[in-house]
Amino acid sequence: MIRRGGWLFGLSVANLVFLYVPIAILIVFSFNASRLSAGWTGFTLQWYRELIMDQALLASVQNSVIVALVSTLIATVLGVAAAVGMERLSIRAQRWVEAGVILPLVVPEIMLGVALMLFFVTIKWPLSLMTVTIGHAAFNLPVVMVIVRARLRRLDPRLEEAASDLGATRWQAFRRVTLPLLTPAVIGGVLMAFTISLDDFIVTFFTGGPGSTTLPLKVYSMIKAGVSPVVNAVSAVLLVLSMALIGLSMAVQRKRDY
Amino acid sequence: MLYFTRPSPSAPRPAPFPWPLAPAVIWMLVFFFIPLLLVLAISFASRGIYGGVRWAFTLSNYALIVDPLYLRIYLRSFLLAVATTGLCLVLGFPWAYFIARCPVRWQGVWLLLVIIPFWTNFLVRTYAWMFILRTEGLMNTILMQIGLIESPIEILYTNAAILIGLVYGYLPFMVLPLYAALARLDLSLIEAAQDLYAGGWSVLQRVILPLTRPGIVAGCLLVFIPSVGAFITPDLLGGARTMMVGNLIQHEYLVIRDWPLGSAISFALMALVLAGTLAYIRSGGTLQGLEERR
Repeated sequence: MIRRGGWLFGLSVANLVFLYVPIAILIVFSFNASRLSAGWTGFTLQWYRELIMDQALLASVQNSVIVALVSTLIATVLGVAAAVGMERLSIRAQRWVEAGVILPLVVPEIMLGVALMLFFVTIKWPLSLMTVTIGHAAFNLPVVMVIVRARLRRLDPRLEEAASDLGATRWQAFRRVTLPLLTPAVIGGVLMAFTISLDDFIVTFFTGGPGSTTLPLKVYSMIKAGVSPVVNAVSAVLLVLSMALIGLSMAVQRKRDY
Repeated sequence: MLYFTRPSPSAPRPAPFPWPLAPAVIWMLVFFFIPLLLVLAISFASRGIYGGVRWAFTLSNYALIVDPLYLRIYLRSFLLAVATTGLCLVLGFPWAYFIARCPVRWQGVWLLLVIIPFWTNFLVRTYAWMFILRTEGLMNTILMQIGLIESPIEILYTNAAILIGLVYGYLPFMVLPLYAALARLDLSLIEAAQDLYAGGWSVLQRVILPLTRPGIVAGCLLVFIPSVGAFITPDLLGGARTMMVGNLIQHEYLVIRDWPLGSAISFALMALVLAGTLAYIRSGGTLQGLEERR
């Protein structure tokens, strides 16, 4: 058993190396002085300096943050309401809604991108930051809903019933009993939706128009222009940012999980 | 007495109309299901003179998508997705097994390590491989310095590079459902098999694999679907001669601007994905199993 555990452990560590070494290399080489070579020629912060001087890049960061904030807000309000509303459906109807919620999560992302592009062009809605935001809310809504619903199903329904028995209206029972208990899931969902939106490339690529370049689109055009340490630097920033957000999201969801 | 016939707490109350669900349903109908139906509709329309869509019914787009040139692209996408799924299963299964057999507090740490890359920017993680694999990149520099190779290996912009990128990108999708299935596995069943003199291979084949099948199918589906529809990976790590169906769709829409043909290809891809999902549900998988990835 120990011998067998040995090779399993070795393979697990190898997998871990496979997943993390490329990320680590990327970050390390964002501090490499040489612009061209893959050899290490010394430590520099030059590429980060170039980053914060790049006006177009900063504008794309601003666009990304606007899109992520607004789409997360829409997805959260609609997603939480939907998760709560679903409890009122019959089991059969819940199955249908669940299937409808899963579909956006399993359809290849490029499908959602082209479908939304065709939709906006057909109804003559100019592609802009607003269409990008709508697209992001469409893929984030199911995410928030799934997270909040998972939490909701673990709650004791007698808590809300007790509130009603004590004279609370349905809204009061929700506002004062259910919602506070859902808070960790809601915050977790918010952070996750925000991160997905911040990282999204494909839907933005198809639903964006002139002037709606987000950070991933900007990074994409920089990558297309060629490998450079500046791309490594912006990549390192994105990596650290999404890791921090996801770490936060998971910490919040785990907390108070009784 | 009539005044006291309040429903007891245990009796189900009549459910009010599920109005909180309405805004989300409307949003998803308008910005997800209707656009998808529009893709279906446009796939039966004709191409306008200046690109765009002319609403005249035709089946010619579906006749065009079986062009041999395109068939090679579908075949490459399919084979790369199958190879990715297979490699992820081979790498992921022992890993998930190891995690599921760890002490519980270590399980959390391992899972966290699986999940972190899964949530970091996909574009950036793909770029990392460009940085490593390119001709004058890190891998060739190191291999040449230690004298293992004379001249750089040209691996970037090949199918092999795409395969590495896809496995790298989607390995966590495989590990999570496998872990969920393996963690539920009753250890005493393995012991029972061993007591009955089953060897390691036969325990795996006749006990572990059948009992974790829903997890295996879920993991394979979660890797296969994004792999077959991948766009970023073949776009960055592949070249013009290693197009996958995702690139073809993008090419038809944004470069050639033949929307009806692009729509027909998209819909064929989606039909394939939905068929896979239905097969999964038929084989006893649940929708919750797929949800577990998030």
